[in-house]
Amino acid sequence: MSPMMQGIVTVFFGVGGCVAYFWLSNLALDKVFFPPRGPHAGRNINRANVIRPWLFLLPALSALGLYLMYPVVGSFVRSLHNRSGDEFVGFDNYSTMFADPGFQTAFTNNFLWILFVPAASTFFGLLVAQLTDQLKWGNIAKSLIFMPMAISFVGASLIWKFVYANNADVGLINAIRDMFGAGPIDVLQVGFWNNFFLMIILVWIQTGFAMVILSGALRGIPEETVEAAIIDGANPFQVFFKIKVPQIKGTITVVWTTITILVLKVFDIVYTMTGGNFGTDILPSYMMSYMFRDDGRATAVAFVIMLIVLPVMIWNIRQARAEMR
Amino acid sequence: MENIAGSRPALRWVTNISVILLVLIWLLPTIGLLVSSFRDRDQISASGWWLSAFAVEQNFGVKIAADTATPEGDLFVIKGNVFEETGSEVIRFGGSRSAPTDYAAGETAALTRDRALTVQVNGDFVYTSPAEITRNPTVYFSLASPPDFSLDNYETIMTSSNMDRAFINTLTVTIPATIIPILIAAFAAYALAWMDFAGRGLIIAVVVGLLVVPLQLALVPLLQFHNKIGIGQSFLGIWMAHTGFGLPLAIYLLRNYMVGLPRDIIESAKVDGATDFQVFTKIVLPLSFPALASFAIFQFLWTWNDLLVAKVFLPSNSESWVMTVKIADDLLGSRGGDWGILAAAAFVSIAVPLIVFFTMQRYLVRGLLAGSVK
Repeated sequence: MSPMMQGIVTVFFGVGGCVAYFWLSNLALDKVFFPPRGPHAGRNINRANVIRPWLFLLPALSALGLYLMYPVVGSFVRSLHNRSGDEFVGFDNYSTMFADPGFQTAFTNNFLWILFVPAASTFFGLLVAQLTDQLKWGNIAKSLIFMPMAISFVGASLIWKFVYANNADVGLINAIRDMFGAGPIDVLQVGFWNNFFLMIILVWIQTGFAMVILSGALRGIPEETVEAAIIDGANPFQVFFKIKVPQIKGTITVVWTTITILVLKVFDIVYTMTGGNFGTDILPSYMMSYMFRDDGRATAVAFVIMLIVLPVMIWNIRQARAEMR
Repeated sequence: MENIAGSRPALRWVTNISVILLVLIWLLPTIGLLVSSFRDRDQISASGWWLSAFAVEQNFGVKIAADTATPEGDLFVIKGNVFEETGSEVIRFGGSRSAPTDYAAGETAALTRDRALTVQVNGDFVYTSPAEITRNPTVYFSLASPPDFSLDNYETIMTSSNMDRAFINTLTVTIPATIIPILIAAFAAYALAWMDFAGRGLIIAVVVGLLVVPLQLALVPLLQFHNKIGIGQSFLGIWMAHTGFGLPLAIYLLRNYMVGLPRDIIESAKVDGATDFQVFTKIVLPLSFPALASFAIFQFLWTWNDLLVAKVFLPSNSESWVMTVKIADDLLGSRGGDWGILAAAAFVSIAVPLIVFFTMQRYLVRGLLAGSVK
């Protein structure tokens, strides 16, 4: 069966199956088990209402449980076993990993990414949001800066491979160097700084996201506070930094954490651009180098990533609970 | 608020110019790729895409036949024209491989062993040597080839590189993986927004927590699980994986939206005797269209652009490559220096998301804002 046919069949059966499940289960509940009539009508309605939410939730909960909750435990257990998974080795995978210089580089680089990418994206996002708010063609500018959001990380990496190309007739960076008489360099092989050249790609993608959300927040600022500041003689910079930014601090944190989480998951850019060579590995790409080879090591790296995400997760849940009250 | 900048023309100028600059910086890389995808490989390596609107100087070499030399005085002379057809113009020329363009057209080049060469703009050349010429000498020259844009790269990539197969595979992964989670999430979101039951708050908290679980964690245990139940690496497996990974965001976005729907409508429908199932399908689902659309776009972009899940959950043979895997694992290796082909491949893979993005941007932005701004 060709993949296209297979896809069509799946859409048909998958969607049909889902619809049938919800429809039939509700039908059964109302018509067969607890019909809202007869001598026990009132009791039946109440019982049906107790069961119904779980009918609605069942597919979602089982998928969440299997694809997101079980792996947390499953990965941890797997990381305590050897390469092929048949022998319990305790924390051996972790101790060899921490001693591996490759892991240490990946860990340090990942730290740099977490420091730089969210900060730069949020900064540029805020800058563009504020600047375009006052322009007639602001929405067009926003669309264009938002556009990289639609592009895959692989596509974005290829786009920037052109910019970074070694050849002064292909790469913009080297063309500019050439203009000043400097010889061509391969920016992806310049130790330490090459990490930043990779990060720029993610900043380029994420600035649009930060901009959209921050400009929404800027619009939500009550005009009176801004007007009062202007009447008191504040200049535009004071209005921005002392009146506007403090009022959208909450949104800035949300944007910052969202991008931080993304940084912890992204592996495509490093994989496509350098394959982790020249000292540019980060944890997700380091993990992929063990995938299919040594599942014990791969899951150990994954679990380290999970531990780094944990504080953000707790913060997220607290935030959500506070909002619900 | 406009009057902050409006009150000072100088500041307005600064704003305009800095936004133009930022937009340019953001656009240039993509424009470069787009332009390059239409140029042929020789032109790409001869001049930057920013010069692609101008003629490109390209170098050629032509062997001239030694046996056409005629003695003239004490010299042996070869005369002729470097072009087979007239019409081109020589810009520079030279007589040796190491210095192919040292002389401008019309000058006389002094070569080794007292030989001399003159090439005119129209291609006429005179080659002289004091000694008899035994081996065919080569004349090197450069000429301006006009800008050459074509769809050749796209044709190559779609016909001979299996990119068409990858395109279809990507579609096959994306469509089911977009539709199925929406349906499942919509029911769950309704239950979490409008139904009363014990443990609701806890489930919402879990969903919010799961938003940040790194995908990496799921790869090994789930691949083993898929192998155990006999799916292995297959399309069915990747659909299930994308469904699971997309659900937290879907439930979160849809629940946030549904909670905001007016309570009166839903309650009056219930008073009239509608069951929750009817309220959901007849009232809440149609009203939630903006949120459904925005999540659909997210999930579509995310599954279309995904590399990691496809690398792990799809078989690694070239028959099942999606476009991102095709580009990252195949083209970048085998066609590493073939910029035109790479650019065309990249554009094939980002064309659909870009179209979706520019037509549905409104919903995308609305979805983002619903999820993050309180």
